[in-house]
Amino acid sequence: MTAVHRSVVYDWLRHDKKFPHVWCPGCGLGILLGSLVRSLAQGGYDKNQVVLVSGIGCSGRLPVYVDVGSVHTTHGRALTFATGIKLAKPELKVIVVMGDGDATAIGGNHLIHAARRNLDLTAIIVNNLNYGMTGGQYSPTTPLGAKATTAPYGHSEPSFDISALTVTAGASFVARSTVYHVTQLDQMLGQAIAKKGFGVVEVLSPCHTNYGRQNRLGSQVEMMKGFKKQAVRADRWDKVSPAEREGRFPIGVLADHGRPTFWETYEGAIERAQAIRKEG
Amino acid sequence: MAAETTKPSRRPAKSARKGQSRLLQGNEAASLGALAAGCNFFAGYPITPASEITEYMSREMPVRGNPFIQMEDEIASIGACVGASLAGRKAMTATSGPGFSLMQENLGYAMIAEIPLVVVNVMRGGPSTGLPTNVAQGDVQQARWGTHGDHPAVVFCPSSVSECFELMVMAFNTAERFRTPVIFLADETVAHLREKVVLPAEGDLEVIDRRRPAVPPDWYVPYKTDGSLIPRLADLGEGYRYHVTGLVHDERGFPTRRADEVEPFYARLFGKISRHFDDLMLTKQYSLDDAEIVLISYGCTARSCRAAVRLGRERGIKLGLLQLLTLWPFPRQAVEAALTGRKAALVPELNMGQISREVKRVNDGRTQVIRHSKMDGTMITPEEILGRMREVA
Repeated sequence: MTAVHRSVVYDWLRHDKKFPHVWCPGCGLGILLGSLVRSLAQGGYDKNQVVLVSGIGCSGRLPVYVDVGSVHTTHGRALTFATGIKLAKPELKVIVVMGDGDATAIGGNHLIHAARRNLDLTAIIVNNLNYGMTGGQYSPTTPLGAKATTAPYGHSEPSFDISALTVTAGASFVARSTVYHVTQLDQMLGQAIAKKGFGVVEVLSPCHTNYGRQNRLGSQVEMMKGFKKQAVRADRWDKVSPAEREGRFPIGVLADHGRPTFWETYEGAIERAQAIRKEG
Repeated sequence: MAAETTKPSRRPAKSARKGQSRLLQGNEAASLGALAAGCNFFAGYPITPASEITEYMSREMPVRGNPFIQMEDEIASIGACVGASLAGRKAMTATSGPGFSLMQENLGYAMIAEIPLVVVNVMRGGPSTGLPTNVAQGDVQQARWGTHGDHPAVVFCPSSVSECFELMVMAFNTAERFRTPVIFLADETVAHLREKVVLPAEGDLEVIDRRRPAVPPDWYVPYKTDGSLIPRLADLGEGYRYHVTGLVHDERGFPTRRADEVEPFYARLFGKISRHFDDLMLTKQYSLDDAEIVLISYGCTARSCRAAVRLGRERGIKLGLLQLLTLWPFPRQAVEAALTGRKAALVPELNMGQISREVKRVNDGRTQVIRHSKMDGTMITPEEILGRMREVA
């Protein structure tokens, strides 16, 4: 990937928004924000044609910093707002930023249906394995046995694999990366945004303030090193034995295929409806 | 105008034959009213007794090249409407009690972010699944206070199929004019009733569109208002790159907790509605001038009241009716006037007194206010209303 000039940051961030941002020092969301901005600049998109939509929680605050149309919606419902925006103006690039709670707990139903419909949206799902802003309670991605403020004796439920879930639900493009693998993250975001149809990027991001502290995972730096150890390139995942897969996950492109988007098939319905009305 | 065709109607329904009288169902008339008012986005989830609206829109939207989507639930439906409205569409969703409950959070979002849209709630018996195919008027207070937090509410309620059309146009115009969600609160009987409706010719209809910014994007301050208290709304994707949030926000649309910004924000939210009460509070009067006993009613029950007024007067009881077409803001002035100098007021409704409570509040000692509640899933008959006259007269 070619180097992106620093001015990109000044072009794409809001001038009237004060920094520092709201996130804890060491949070991965700042890295993701940088990655997103670089991907948009690299893709040559028109700022006026990009809309960022988010839900609630730490990740919900991301769009406010970017100099595009931005909508900070209700918890779990970002995809529904984005659906309306995209259907109202199909020419817009609509990018949705959600947390793991947003996307797979309260908004889990919207996620699978957006993937099934193959709406031409990009869903960036920031997975920090817990409800960070609310105080470190467990989420659908909290691993079995891990501690959370609502799982003081260890979590009793198995977790969702967000990427596998969206692949199964029919998303056109699914990728996973982490905020440690920034270069790859830039690429994955770039591909997902460019992809026609429903694109998902699951981004593993450390929440050392809550999840890391409760599970004694060390500082943000140590958590980042953990991602380095746990992540396996997707094309090498098949070679990892089941025993060695424990606690590890594939990163990279996990699904990439083309099928008609919702709007493309709906256009067919428009043509048929208009033809029938003309006859009548 | 083409002659009426005699072909069987398996084709999509004919669009409105403007200026013509038609036999229409309440839900159909409401749909036609929405289309006449410029509705060009529909997202919904089917539910009895509102499904006919969703079905009608699924036929009409593609014909006009506009989006229709059946979402996975009611929460998603209103979410999509908020998004579409922000992108410049006139959006509507239609539901009934259980779905309306699900929509409340995003209804609050539309309220605080000032997003115009129309939510239809065709009331059925409740709570919960209740009486899905029976008539009730139990969502009156929910329409006012269903979402959390303090906020104004605009709720229209039709009593006839014609009013379904007229009030739907009014609902869209109000939503656009005041940048607010508007609730169209019908009941099962009116929604499924079939009556003759004379549709206005296209030119006879006043259609109001939201005010869009009059300044270039660089100068746009999304929640800055002029004397109207109503900020101008830019369509997403038109060069106006602003932020929208459900948090209390400053003029620029960014979250604020500053007391000197929060208080004025709420004041403006209420003020933009309260200063136009006169335009919003719609009522109709029947034989009210010399009435000794006033009936105050709305929805299908107002129809029984009209019959009761007629029958009562034949029997020498001087009855009159004040029909409420606007339930919220509660038409205080009209109700006060209707109560003044009467022997008594009777408020028949298909709930345990959701509007009679308001009438009593407004009455303030003027006269005797009696509620007449019915909760068995059937309409209140004119005879039942007249039966109460012995207590009153």
